[in-house]
Amino acid sequence: MALENKNLSRQEFLKKLGLFAGGVVFVSTINPLKMVFATEKPKNGKWYGIAIDIEKCIGCGSCARSCKIENDVSQEPFYFRNWVEQYTITNEHEIKVSSPNGGIDGFEQPVPDEDIYKTFFVPKMCNHCSDSPCTQVCPVGASFDSPEGIVLVDQTYCIGCGYCVQACPYGCRYIDPLKGVADKCTLCSHRLEKGLDPACMMICPTHARIYGDLNNKNSEVSLFLKEHNCAVLKPHLNTHSKLFYNDLNQEVH
Amino acid sequence: MPVQVKRLLLVFAFFIAISVALIYFLTPKSFGEYGHYRGKALEEISSTEIKYVQMDDCAMCHDSIAELKNSGLHATLQCEVCHGPGFNHIEDYENNRMEIPNEGQFCMRCHIMNAASPKKVIKQIDAVEHAEGEDCITCHNPHQPWL
Amino acid sequence: MDKTQSLYEALSKVEGFIYPNEISLNWDMLIVMYPYITGLVAGAFILASLNRVFNIKALRPTYEISLLAALSFMLVATMPLIIHLGQPFRFYEMLVTPHFTSAMALFGFVYLWYLMVVLLLEIWFDYRYDMVIWSQQKKGLMKYVYKALTLWISDTSPESRKTDEKIGYFITVVGIPSAFLLHGYVGFIFGAIKANPWWSTVMMPVIFLFSAMVSGIALIMFIYMLVSYLRKQKIDMNALDTIGKYLFYILILDFTLESLDQIHRIYVADESFDILKILVHGKLFVTFFIIQIGIGTLIPLATLAYLQFKKPSDRVRKIIYATISIFVLVGIFYMRYNVVIGGQLFSKSFYGFTSYKANVLYDTDALLSLVLFIVPFFILAFLLWLLPPWKKIEH
Repeated sequence: MALENKNLSRQEFLKKLGLFAGGVVFVSTINPLKMVFATEKPKNGKWYGIAIDIEKCIGCGSCARSCKIENDVSQEPFYFRNWVEQYTITNEHEIKVSSPNGGIDGFEQPVPDEDIYKTFFVPKMCNHCSDSPCTQVCPVGASFDSPEGIVLVDQTYCIGCGYCVQACPYGCRYIDPLKGVADKCTLCSHRLEKGLDPACMMICPTHARIYGDLNNKNSEVSLFLKEHNCAVLKPHLNTHSKLFYNDLNQEVH
Repeated sequence: MPVQVKRLLLVFAFFIAISVALIYFLTPKSFGEYGHYRGKALEEISSTEIKYVQMDDCAMCHDSIAELKNSGLHATLQCEVCHGPGFNHIEDYENNRMEIPNEGQFCMRCHIMNAASPKKVIKQIDAVEHAEGEDCITCHNPHQPWL
Repeated sequence: MDKTQSLYEALSKVEGFIYPNEISLNWDMLIVMYPYITGLVAGAFILASLNRVFNIKALRPTYEISLLAALSFMLVATMPLIIHLGQPFRFYEMLVTPHFTSAMALFGFVYLWYLMVVLLLEIWFDYRYDMVIWSQQKKGLMKYVYKALTLWISDTSPESRKTDEKIGYFITVVGIPSAFLLHGYVGFIFGAIKANPWWSTVMMPVIFLFSAMVSGIALIMFIYMLVSYLRKQKIDMNALDTIGKYLFYILILDFTLESLDQIHRIYVADESFDILKILVHGKLFVTFFIIQIGIGTLIPLATLAYLQFKKPSDRVRKIIYATISIFVLVGIFYMRYNVVIGGQLFSKSFYGFTSYKANVLYDTDALLSLVLFIVPFFILAFLLWLLPPWKKIEH
């Protein structure tokens, strides 16, 4: 009797185990549970990169201004998809950086000319990194790398936790005060779609900003990178940034 | 199996079943299409409205001005650098006028004297010394500023 | 005060250069409260397991109180996170489509595991027999409440009690690594941000874990004294002394680890060192040196060390323990503050600082964090009324 009972409960146990295993298999077939670690970099598709020529930037702030208009970014001076910084290094090697209202209203040189060792402008925008720390940390998959290498935010899905803002080493993200979600440069992907250049690139009066397909070795950006000695920001963080600067000083962070 | 364990397993099975059902129904349709995100988001992001049109569009009506501008140093400039975004204007040009900045301050956005600005790229002006209070456009035609 | 207005004020107080998007401090008081509360949970649970797994009998009077306190804080642990979201109603997405490369995505699952599998089950097995008895004694609504809580099992046989005991023990054993996981994980959320040198250290999970234990033990010390005082019961001085002893040991460990982290930082002195030095000596001076290290660590350490050798009268010791537990709780709160807020005060460009001032009167987030710290005490009062440890039948 006791033996039978034991067998019965074992049967029951096996049955439950089977059900459980079946359940696990069923659950794992459901699409959303598939783990996706990173977007595969396409070998033949487009892979966007950007180059900025610091030698050509005159600090007019047109890029920052046009970006705010094109993308309906809040006009308050706390939210920028791109901005310009003015670096001034004095003869005493004091480094002064400023970016009043992101450079939209222009710059003033804080140091008299005779005390300046060197000075230059650095336009900043999303680096559209290949290994973006910001998309890595998005807990819900609202921030992602597009198949063309553009880092985007799905604003109807973003929960606004701000983790990506913390994770971006370049300060390129912010939480939109009205929508309560993360916002950042999209490389004007709505314009690229229609064959137009991103607003900041198109409006730049000196053509200091170049973008294009890094996979195509004859694209403007690839040729520019070939001819100039370019560097990325914070290379030690290994983000594989795709925003390359020509004539980048090491003081720039 | 002790009765407590059985009962608890039942409760847990119930919770897990509900969670699995919720996960199934709450996951957006296009999720995971290309990666761990909503595939539809790509379309949605690239469907936003365009504000800055291109010089070609401006030149369709303002051909003589475009030609004048393109004949010299301001050739690389888009019209919208100075006149602002043109999307409303090309839809309905009578009710949406473009900005026409007249004041000298405006030219100074680019032409201000600043050591950070590369001299070989842009002509820099000391506004006080050069213009003595006059607006730039009293002497210069912005579409052909080199006189 | 209006958000935009406060941002303009922050803008006027910027020192040096910061990236324009950094003026707005994204993680405020609520995110300080989040690791603080989770830490209290993990610490309180570990104190409970000291009694059960490591068989430290002197801690018996605090066993149930520790568990129930852990549960009360656990129930609000996710609230600061959810309230803080820009889109709070979308929080479920973290459970529906978790992005497993994110250090944050797993928190929901770690939380559910800890709450459902560890805390609730342990309490349930511990109270099951008593709840059956209470369901037989009580009348009216409460009878059915207890019946439902037992899941309609009325087995009171010695075998069933043995099973409760065995499984309960097993869960506690599983619970210890789970508690480590819970809070080590919270530390990892910060430690994994390579963009922020103030957070990005391998030590972060370990430091969070030990500071969690410190704060949890101090909390139970305080709650045990408070509950005994309110019930006008005599405090078991032996239990209190034992808690004090463990607080002392773990405080030493915690302080050692934190010092190691800082010494390493100072000695290595990498590119972020200059700005962090200015940060610690400037904006964080009061909260770091005076509150976290002075009040929160050195004073309790010295006092507890003294108590290991000399035993003043019970009355004096009670006053000392009450004071020290509050000091430690304040100290660990400011440790979280220094990590979370401190990490956002300096610019990632390393060229300047923004400012932050919590004001309970104007700032709803700061007010909410305060409320979220008080609510668990009411939950605990309710739990102690529903499941009074002092009415349990001793085995």
